[in-house]
Amino acid sequence: MDSFLENNGMYRGIYCYFSGNEGNAAWCKGLDGILPLGWEWLGYFIAGFTIMLVLVNGALLGAALFVWGERRILGRIHKRRGPNRWGPFGLLQPIADLLKLLIKEDLVPTIADRVVFTLVPVVMLMSLLLSLAVIPFAHNTYLADLNVAVLYFVAVGSLSTIAIFMAGWSSGNKYAIFGAMRSVAMLISYEVPLVMSLVGVVLIAGSMSMVDVVNAQHVPFILVQPLGALIFLLGISAELNRTPFDIMEAESEIIAGYHTEYSGIKFGLIQAAEMAGVLAASAVLATLFLGGWSGPVFSSELGAVWFLLKLTFFAFVFIWIRGTFPRLRIDQIMAFAWKFLLPLAFINLMSTAVEVYFFGFYNASADQLGVITRNELWVMAAINSGIAVVAITLFGRVTRNRMETEPVRLHKFQSAGTVIGVN
Amino acid sequence: MAFKTEPMTINIGPQHPSTHGVFRLRVTFDGEVIVDVDPIFGYLHRGSEKLAEERNYVQVLTLTDRLDYTASMTNNQAYCLAVEKLMGVSVPERGKYLRVMAAELQRIASHLIAIGFFLQDLGALATPLMYCFRLRESILDLFEMLCGARITVSYMRPGGVFAEPPEDFWPALRRFMEESPGLIEELENLIMENEIVVVRTKGTGILGIESAIANSVSGPVLRGSGFAWDWRKADPYDIYDQIDFDVPVGNNGDNYDRFQVRMEEIKQSFKIVSQCIRQIPDGPIRTELPLVLRPPAWQESYGRVESPKGELGFYLVSDGSVAPYRCKVRSPSLLNLHVLKELLVGWKLADMIVTLGSIDINMGEVDR
Amino acid sequence: MYGRGLIKGLFVTLKNLVRPPFTVQYPEERLTQHPRFRGQEFAWYEERCTGCASCAKYCPLGIIRIVTEPSTTSVEQGGKYNIETFDIDIGRCMFCGLCVEACPYDALFMGSGFERGKYRRKDLLISVDELRTAAKRPSTWFRPQLERNGYDPHAGVPISWKDVGRENWEWRQEDKAGSRFYKTNTDQQNKVVENSAEEIP
Repeated sequence: MDSFLENNGMYRGIYCYFSGNEGNAAWCKGLDGILPLGWEWLGYFIAGFTIMLVLVNGALLGAALFVWGERRILGRIHKRRGPNRWGPFGLLQPIADLLKLLIKEDLVPTIADRVVFTLVPVVMLMSLLLSLAVIPFAHNTYLADLNVAVLYFVAVGSLSTIAIFMAGWSSGNKYAIFGAMRSVAMLISYEVPLVMSLVGVVLIAGSMSMVDVVNAQHVPFILVQPLGALIFLLGISAELNRTPFDIMEAESEIIAGYHTEYSGIKFGLIQAAEMAGVLAASAVLATLFLGGWSGPVFSSELGAVWFLLKLTFFAFVFIWIRGTFPRLRIDQIMAFAWKFLLPLAFINLMSTAVEVYFFGFYNASADQLGVITRNELWVMAAINSGIAVVAITLFGRVTRNRMETEPVRLHKFQSAGTVIGVN
Repeated sequence: MAFKTEPMTINIGPQHPSTHGVFRLRVTFDGEVIVDVDPIFGYLHRGSEKLAEERNYVQVLTLTDRLDYTASMTNNQAYCLAVEKLMGVSVPERGKYLRVMAAELQRIASHLIAIGFFLQDLGALATPLMYCFRLRESILDLFEMLCGARITVSYMRPGGVFAEPPEDFWPALRRFMEESPGLIEELENLIMENEIVVVRTKGTGILGIESAIANSVSGPVLRGSGFAWDWRKADPYDIYDQIDFDVPVGNNGDNYDRFQVRMEEIKQSFKIVSQCIRQIPDGPIRTELPLVLRPPAWQESYGRVESPKGELGFYLVSDGSVAPYRCKVRSPSLLNLHVLKELLVGWKLADMIVTLGSIDINMGEVDR
Repeated sequence: MYGRGLIKGLFVTLKNLVRPPFTVQYPEERLTQHPRFRGQEFAWYEERCTGCASCAKYCPLGIIRIVTEPSTTSVEQGGKYNIETFDIDIGRCMFCGLCVEACPYDALFMGSGFERGKYRRKDLLISVDELRTAAKRPSTWFRPQLERNGYDPHAGVPISWKDVGRENWEWRQEDKAGSRFYKTNTDQQNKVVENSAEEIP
């Protein structure tokens, strides 16, 4: 608890406002709190609760804003305007959608398992909100600084897989369970390259805590680990059921996916969970690969602004990809994961491990491996970029024979007379 | 221990986002593989052929607009060819050039719909569809200048074309011809080399040449299978024998080839339109026929064109009165559907929608 | 390189993102149609109409209903009919324009609007009073004389019955009013066409 107060400025501020007294003078610098002596635990509780409220509301508001942003940007990609009738620039459009969903009838099929059916939106939203707990938003501002934060993020993120299976099973609809099982197969096979790509980042930073990762990024890791960033981006797109991996939720041919039977606000919550999942993924990408709240100027004061900018950039990348690519078939998705992403993840992991060992060895002091300095990070960036290009090209050659497209031939008819026959 | 499985029959119903119109398919699946296909159509039947027996020859022209409603100009052209053969009149040169120009513009518009919806079925979330429709908007604006309506045009009359294009048509057409190749190239950059499109359409839905010819398939489906047959070259009508253009022919007969054939045909149509603009002579646009036609009794004629979907033909029998005795429509989409069983059985569910999109049927034509 | 086509596609989308949109914000901004647009508010000039009902006979759907007083009861022989009813049913009209094509006296013209939504189906019948009193902004469809004068119905200026006929068309003085075909302006050999009134069965 002590190190918690020491490092987390927001927590400390709220705690000291409530519970500062002589016993806490080391951290609270002599401010007097509101609560009487002996009630410090209430101060802890209120501080944690406040930060959690800020996070949860921010996430849900962000989901609404993301819905708005996605519809506007997709509209501009299509050379039309997005929704712009409700509110200035259409900003209240998500509110209109929410109202519409609230007044719809809430159907539960007769043969469905009621308890599980109702729990599914809760579990989906829960998994993404839990994953927001470890992300540092600004200098010394976060809810928790776990020393296994990266692992925690991956573990909590895979709770949504369970939610999808619950949705498919409890709907009582054979098409829903068919779609849900395909989806679960896809999701668990994309976990593997996802985790592998994160291990590279962890190796360079030296610890799994996100705060340490941000502090170790003298050079943004997207340059140092280009292959890892690409694999993580593709893997998290598949986890979120975004195009081009969205067989489950787009009008997927005839089988409408795991959320067929959901209507009304349950459906709204599932959609909100998916949109907020994109935001959570963008937040993690911004933290692990672009440097979180650090920026070129005014890092410690404007950390939140830099973080939001990077988050917006990655959210834009997700929307951009959605607007451009068609969908892949399920067997092609699995082949992509196992035959393309996984070997690349292994190559990335091995090369990063070798580099970290040699640079650590180079900087070694008496009995421990040294920290990697900034120049060495640039060297690693160069080496890794070269490896990325070589690896992708090699894999391209391997799959080239299936991708070869011969153009259609233009048949020049010799005579264009009135003879009916083949020329 | 062997699993007991049983095939599942489902309906891809008349209302569906991915079928092109009200088309019903009863498909029997064994797991993910299609075992049997049973198409059921008739949901858009309006009795056009029977209605044509009650209306005089120019009124039937307005019925023909609505057969293949994405390509009305070529419907009009086929019908007018049939009536002209019945009456024994010929069309002046300028009328022929205007007809060909309108028909080729319509071919571009119809192929844009085919390509746009093909990519929409692949899942590209309406981006290529919007780009295709933006191009089509320019063509429909040109049609509005020509004849006052965008889709159900009724531009042609037996004997030629009904009106001279207005003066602001030619600059608008020139502007369209200048800016469109850039937009088509942008569309190509978006989709032609896209690995996802290639990997989903290459090698699926293969139609062999012998089977295509045996099932009277025509149009881009036949040319995609490798057989070079185009009615504009084999039996030239209007002014096609004096225009130089090529006919794209595919290699393997899969979905990607049919899609590529349509893209190339768009470019060839641009070539034809630019030649028409250069070569069009002055003169009358229409052979003057009476307002109410009475062809000689008990003649029959068959007028056919190469419409964007295939060979469209009208078979007319006259009985000396103002209305045809029998008007039969040989519609390409209906006959192209005969190969559906061969194209779908044995393939997976995800390929079915793509293959249906690449045959490019139009229910107005199938059901009439 | 594997993935090159995907990158090209991404750049195309990005380029279109920054360009202005192609759509207009209806109903604040509207696109104007060409003068030849076949629209809804039919322009019927009673001064030119003789009640011959060619339009009603030529309509493929039979939606024009004309009731006139027969001659020799209240109208003298050889004069115009009195028109009691002239109804056009917009609810079933397909705006093909064949009625305009059939009219030998240039009395019926296609309109130029398309925004005529009503709440009841029977309000979609245009009665003769409405046709008489509406402002007449005829479309130039199948009326070459209006096009030669450069008339644009969407500019909003109504036009009176004296200016819409073919008899005032400058180089058609030698023809009887009623030729219905367009000609190019360089075509000098104009064949005289039979008046359509004799062809109606």
